[in-house]
Amino acid sequence: MALTAKEVARLGELARIRLTDSELEQLAPQLDVILTAVARVSEVAATDVPPTSHAMALINVFREDVVQPSLSPQAVLAGAPSVEDGRFRVPRILGEEA
Amino acid sequence: MDFDDAMASFDPVLGLEVHVELNTATKMFCGCANQFGDVPNSNTCPVCLGLPGSLPVVNGKAIESAIRIGLALGCDIAGWCRFARKNYFYPDMTKDFQTSQYDEPIAFNGMVELEVDGEIFSIEIERAHMEEDAGKLVHAGGATGRIGDAEYSLVDYNRAGTPLIEIVTRPIRGTGAKAPAVAKAYVSYLRDLMRALGVSDVRMEQGSLRCDANVSLMPKGETELGLRTETKNVNSLRSIENALHYEIRRQAALLAAGGKVHQETRHWHEEGYTTAGRSKEEAEDYRYFPEPDLVPVAPSPEWVEQLRATLPEVPAVKRKRLQAAWDFTDQEFADIVNADALELIEATVAAGALPSSARKWWLTELARRANEAGLELAQLAITPGQVAALQELVDAGTLNDKLARQVIDGVLAGEGDPAAVVAGRGLAVVSDDGALAAAVDRAIQANPDVAAKIREGKVAAAGALIGAVMKEMRGQADAARVRELILARLG
Repeated sequence: MALTAKEVARLGELARIRLTDSELEQLAPQLDVILTAVARVSEVAATDVPPTSHAMALINVFREDVVQPSLSPQAVLAGAPSVEDGRFRVPRILGEEA
Repeated sequence: MDFDDAMASFDPVLGLEVHVELNTATKMFCGCANQFGDVPNSNTCPVCLGLPGSLPVVNGKAIESAIRIGLALGCDIAGWCRFARKNYFYPDMTKDFQTSQYDEPIAFNGMVELEVDGEIFSIEIERAHMEEDAGKLVHAGGATGRIGDAEYSLVDYNRAGTPLIEIVTRPIRGTGAKAPAVAKAYVSYLRDLMRALGVSDVRMEQGSLRCDANVSLMPKGETELGLRTETKNVNSLRSIENALHYEIRRQAALLAAGGKVHQETRHWHEEGYTTAGRSKEEAEDYRYFPEPDLVPVAPSPEWVEQLRATLPEVPAVKRKRLQAAWDFTDQEFADIVNADALELIEATVAAGALPSSARKWWLTELARRANEAGLELAQLAITPGQVAALQELVDAGTLNDKLARQVIDGVLAGEGDPAAVVAGRGLAVVSDDGALAAAVDRAIQANPDVAAKIREGKVAAAGALIGAVMKEMRGQADAARVRELILARLG
């Protein structure tokens, strides 16, 4: 399955990573190698092996609904580049409505 | 185009997405308090801030609520399902993904039945899935506070990670001109159901119940769905009806003029119109994948059945039962429901008051005060038990209606139960004959003409004397006793 430069450009867009044409040419075959390697797993896995998303065969790991201490707002905002009114100040985002 | 003309040419098809914030003590994946209105960013931790290395753990209570909601909607409950990451970049979510469910919702294939103007509508539920709410953005710096001319945004992550259930209908057809009313009735039904389940505060004005309303139009006689719009920012039951009414007329005008509807998100304005938001022509790619930091949720059939046994009476059924038991007309009962007074009156009756008395207090005096204070009835600082106690004092002759209103003042001012207010303010009705008789005699002396009329048999004239006595006794006289005394003197 040859991954095209166009497909890599789309992935870059979705991940908000700006890629130059030469990077696209370079990355397409590299990502292709990874995809091919992963695809080989399907060859080994027979129908009796269900797809899994977790390394441990656990289910239903739940927490009690009991409040734990939160961080202080001062600590939370300490690393923010910009703060106003106890809130994170961020640039306006165009074209989207929260 | 007006609505009737639109309905003459087109059939609307609805799709409703309702988000319900659960009222668990803590958030979906961390132990931060799930609390509206706290100091910004005070209920946050490494998990809900998406700090590197933090790991989520599922709130078991939220799963329980999700299953109960699914069951109450007539859904099947998944024997095994997972969370998924919905990837997007927006500052309301620090992790750059929302933990949600994708193709494995916890509940699916449900149905609810609604009655609108005597007609029954079956609303099919496609799914109810679990996810987390995002942080809250305030757009600042512009003239209007709207994002379009905002210069920057301020983010509060207290809401980030709040447990949410998203309930999605299948396309709702066949409602015709009742489409806006059906949508309103559906959201109202969900609100009542969530409240009866006790799983959410369902306060639309606070965003704990939110509805996105999809609508498209089909030319009459056709069966292929038209392009739809999704209207957001619909924050009250009335707005749902108004927004759909507007959107149906707008789309009909476009289509009738040979134009086409753009598939897009639209924003409802309380002034009565929608504006275009994000275009949805290009399908969004959220790159969903199973959340590797959380293990699957697999509710056992035993657990599901245990939860099924906790389901409350369906609100619509309960209403029918209560209306019959209380013997109210459809209009009287509708007034109660519209005033959000059903539970309050039910509790007041349970505390010993007659339904008619309970209805009277909640829908007149207390409704007026709630309205004046800009509060909902349930937010008034008086309990159903206190209202029942007040009525008991009236029935016992300790209070008349006028004094009862002063007692309400006292209760609302935090002076304690009605009996305590009566004692504290010295408000009880005077029915002591000694005090009353003296006042009656003074009233007769001061109004000889009236007294003469009564002596001639014009009993109705007694009202003027009763009024004079009440005035002297500052409203605290037992009017019935005063009347007896007057007639005894002059009869």
